[in-house]
Amino acid sequence: MTASSPEPGAPILALRGITKRFPGVVANDQVDLAVRPGEVHVLLGENGAGKSTLIAMLSGLLQPDDGAILVDGRAQPIASPRHALGLGIGTVFQHVMLAPTLTVVENLALGLRWWRRPDRARLAAEFSSTAEGLGLSIDPQAVTGGLSLGEQQQAEIVRALLRGSRVLILDEATAMLTPKGVEELGALMRRMAGRGIAVIFITHKLKEAFDFGDRISILRLGRKVGEIPPERLRALDERQATAEIVHLMFGAAATDEPKVGGRRRPPAPSAAPLLVVRDLSVPGQGAAAVADVALQVAPGEILGIAGIDGNGQAQLAEALAGQGPASDGTVLLDGRPIDRLDVGARRRLGLRYVTDDRLGEGTVGAFPVSLNLLLKQIGEAPFWSRGLERPEEIDRHARALVAAFDVRTPGIRTPVGRLSGGNIQKVLLARELSGAARVVIYSKPTYGLDLQTTIAARRRIRDAADAGVATILISTDLEELLELADRIAVMSRGRIAGTVANDDEARRRVGELMIGAGP
Amino acid sequence: MTADAVNGTAPVQKPPATPGVAAAALHWALVTLVPILAALLLSGGVLLALGTDPLAYYGLVLQRGLLSWLGLQASLSRMAPLLFLAAGLIVAFRAGIWNLGTDGQFLLAAVIVAAAGPPLAEALPGWVALSLCLVLAAAVGAAWSLLPALLRAYQGVNEIITTLMMTFLGTSFANVLVKLAFRDPATTVPQTRTLAVDDRLPRLFGTTISGGLVLGLVAVVLVHLMMTRTAFGLKLRVVGANARAAVHAGLPVPRLTVAVFAISAGLAAMAGAVDIIGVQGNVRADWNPAYGLAVIPLVFLARFNGFASIAFVFLFSVLSIGGESAARRLGVPHYFTLVVMAILLIVLALVEFVDHRRRERMRA
Amino acid sequence: MDGLLTQAFLTSLVLGAITAGVPLLLAGLGEQISEKAGVLNVGIEGMMLAGAYLGFLVAYSSGSIWLGFLGGAGGGLLVALLMALLCVRLGLNQIVIGIALTLGAEGMTALLHYFQFAQSYPRLEGAATLPIPLLSAIPVIGPALFDRHPVVYLAVGLTFVLAWMFRRTALGLDLQAAGDKPAALDAAGVDVIGIRTAAVLATGTLAGIGGAFLANIGAGLFIPFMTNGAGFIGIVLAMLARGRPVWVLLGALLFGACLSLTTALQVAGVDVPTDVIQMLPFAAVMAVLVLFGRRASLPAALGLPYVRGAR
Repeated sequence: MTASSPEPGAPILALRGITKRFPGVVANDQVDLAVRPGEVHVLLGENGAGKSTLIAMLSGLLQPDDGAILVDGRAQPIASPRHALGLGIGTVFQHVMLAPTLTVVENLALGLRWWRRPDRARLAAEFSSTAEGLGLSIDPQAVTGGLSLGEQQQAEIVRALLRGSRVLILDEATAMLTPKGVEELGALMRRMAGRGIAVIFITHKLKEAFDFGDRISILRLGRKVGEIPPERLRALDERQATAEIVHLMFGAAATDEPKVGGRRRPPAPSAAPLLVVRDLSVPGQGAAAVADVALQVAPGEILGIAGIDGNGQAQLAEALAGQGPASDGTVLLDGRPIDRLDVGARRRLGLRYVTDDRLGEGTVGAFPVSLNLLLKQIGEAPFWSRGLERPEEIDRHARALVAAFDVRTPGIRTPVGRLSGGNIQKVLLARELSGAARVVIYSKPTYGLDLQTTIAARRRIRDAADAGVATILISTDLEELLELADRIAVMSRGRIAGTVANDDEARRRVGELMIGAGP
Repeated sequence: MTADAVNGTAPVQKPPATPGVAAAALHWALVTLVPILAALLLSGGVLLALGTDPLAYYGLVLQRGLLSWLGLQASLSRMAPLLFLAAGLIVAFRAGIWNLGTDGQFLLAAVIVAAAGPPLAEALPGWVALSLCLVLAAAVGAAWSLLPALLRAYQGVNEIITTLMMTFLGTSFANVLVKLAFRDPATTVPQTRTLAVDDRLPRLFGTTISGGLVLGLVAVVLVHLMMTRTAFGLKLRVVGANARAAVHAGLPVPRLTVAVFAISAGLAAMAGAVDIIGVQGNVRADWNPAYGLAVIPLVFLARFNGFASIAFVFLFSVLSIGGESAARRLGVPHYFTLVVMAILLIVLALVEFVDHRRRERMRA
Repeated sequence: MDGLLTQAFLTSLVLGAITAGVPLLLAGLGEQISEKAGVLNVGIEGMMLAGAYLGFLVAYSSGSIWLGFLGGAGGGLLVALLMALLCVRLGLNQIVIGIALTLGAEGMTALLHYFQFAQSYPRLEGAATLPIPLLSAIPVIGPALFDRHPVVYLAVGLTFVLAWMFRRTALGLDLQAAGDKPAALDAAGVDVIGIRTAAVLATGTLAGIGGAFLANIGAGLFIPFMTNGAGFIGIVLAMLARGRPVWVLLGALLFGACLSLTTALQVAGVDVPTDVIQMLPFAAVMAVLVLFGRRASLPAALGLPYVRGAR
């Protein structure tokens, strides 16, 4: 997709020398940016590059420590979200900002004069007409909690336009969409740019930046390291643009995507499956969370599970790990059913689960690293003896794992919540991969991690599989699955929509399976 | 909505190691002593507003509660039930459970022990009878907490309300028992039969300090060791710090929850028993010292550390005993203690807040 | 037992149910406003007590029951101000502060009462009622329901006003969003802290009026700790009512009937010990929680302070 020729007019929004500091980190360092009407301006950068902080300042949630924001050429501190909206800056955040128990229309009515009776009919009509103008169709009287994430995002975009936004900021908007959904959003962005709106699109995916952007600004570790203006962008093809962006980001000709390198050696074909799942169903609220899932994994094999977030992947993983009861079906490990076993028992048999919710579920943030490494083995020998703690054993165990997995921490007594996301992930990996792991389930293992940690994590997953671990890799990152998995299953609405071998056709077929089963 | 929010105001661990032991000690002194001093100061202001000289009041409290031999013994004896209560609260709060039903558990156990005490003492040797009383109390407490425990563990019903309701229920029920079921026919004032002084907990080394003090100290220390050194205690702390992580780690959260209620309520109940078999000897109708809620700020101040709790319980005992004296002398009723405790809790929360902000800024 | 079905008993029961129920109703409605906005207000018992004491004080000093209600509102408002400042603005733990405020109000009101009235224990004269013509002539329930102090009618009316407000005004939607997802409300440009503060202050006012009713109309005097759990029952009502004020009204009547059973039974000549009867409302609460506790639906952000752009 190429850009339509935007007006090279004066910028609506300009950032001059914007700086923002947080305890322990400089989130934005002297950033200059100009946003023009009718242009899709992409902010590209890795996680931790400072994109979200910039957006928070533009939408009035945070104040810069240094520098100025100019609106229509005049310096203008944006004091609050209300103020930002008044200036014509509308933001659609990565995490949906709609109250789930209210309908779309009711969400639109938030912030009106308080004694007023919200005119639901009029608001619904306004909403529908604007939505249609953008080629969208969403029921304005639907309760937002019941809409899909893609629809919620679209509703927020319509809301921003209804409020007269001249600048629309989309923060990592494609993170939760199907490939088709991403295309639709990209087309929507271009339509809006065509109507003269300035669109700021934040992403960490080069492909999207190239496909949808007119202008690309690259952020790295809080600084803006480069910008590709429209004329230049139009002149490059995708490969050239990628190389240039990578060069700007890393200063050297590095590999373009964080690949571990080398094609996977497929596992020995005669290996019998280690984990077999038959007709597994897990109850959920309303419809079943997981329904009639069947799969199997052999030692050394990596089975990827693709699908949009929220289609039962987490529940499937939890059921396999023993965290919640299944309503139907059976799970066999080494030919023996393990349905009656709890988390600890399954763990001892070698079945491990690396959760995606690192701080919310995987660790206790206030507890030291050493205890978190043993969180699933509380009371077991040799770390506890007759119920009493044995600190020397616990510490020795922790030191060994911290060294082996390269966990960067001030000490083994440091509360794990203090570590960076990448190091917390290393703690999780260390915990689950140590001590005779035979089947490991990973859930979004590299989500939100920086490049180096991502490569290291993927290497570990690959190495563990090469050593014989039967691996289930749940991920929303298609690139990751295509790189690591031998086979890829697609989950939709709690069911397996299909399983494909990871060959040259895999990308297309996975995309088809993802659409075919849902919006 | 669980009490893991508690950890926001009072971290389970000690504060992070700042450079130098001296600096750490200073920091601890500030976050612990400042709230106490501020509370006393502000409460003194209340006294002033009510027309009483705060210096005279506090002076009297110190004199009668600490500096006189008789008063000191009374304060130390008063510690006995308070220590059991503190132990019960430490277990609950560290596990993320708001056991606000301690007053009901205390009172009900006190009444039942008061009723069972005299017959047991007649039938069995001293030690056996007293031990049985404690066991009985623990059972009563655990039973009284069963309903809130099950509701919380299996239905997710907030225990703040259920334990509070059980307290009101328990207080009325205790009164019914005293006035009807266990009434001593020999007295005009409604009360239970009195346990003879010889059958009560022995005093310590010829003083008038109740032996319950030793039991209380043992209880708090045991609870502290259990929470910090044992696997069971660690499991409870995991549940309190992050319930979802507890599930992920495979801990049986509902069963642990019921266990926490039982232990916490059992300890609170033993507080009641210790007060009866150690000091009171009987329960009069409408008697309700209501120590339960007042001990809460002390446990927070101690950051749930058993040994620190002992120190603060001692201070509170002095205030309590001295306050009773001051009530007679200066005409300031014991309600004043509630005010002091309330101010202490608020100031403590504020100090924690300021401290937290300061630490965040220092990391910049 | 044949005394139970007499007119006297029924009238007494309904009369007592209203008298005891109005404070519960006001406490429950107030708590509902707070909880909708995402604030778990455990200090409501303290707000009621403050309202009871100040209400009594003002009524006694001025001789006017209406001024007394104003005083009661002020008392509850004072405590609510503290809660709003500490919990909503600063973000301190709502449960800890709530307990502290209740303890503090209990102590302060008891203390103040001791210094002022312990010797004299004054009582207020009975307040004038406002009979509704025709309706108040209905046998049995007429006098009990329709010949009451105007505040009773106002409280019932408030129920429906709130019901309308929650569903039919933008403010009601703002409240719901504040408790559901405050970040969404902030992003929509509404001052979340302001809405929550207003909610807490409204709770304090209502609770204070409820307390004043308890002291001035219900008892005619102030006794330390006289609310005896009414505020906490209000929390239960709010939790079970699932956002509907009318359910709070029904619940308040039910529990009010339990509370008034003592007097009614005495009227009927049935001799049941007071303490046994006093257990009834709390036992009823537990029974209701056992039966319906699981269905209590609470706003997602309840109990969590809102910090804009929290990392």
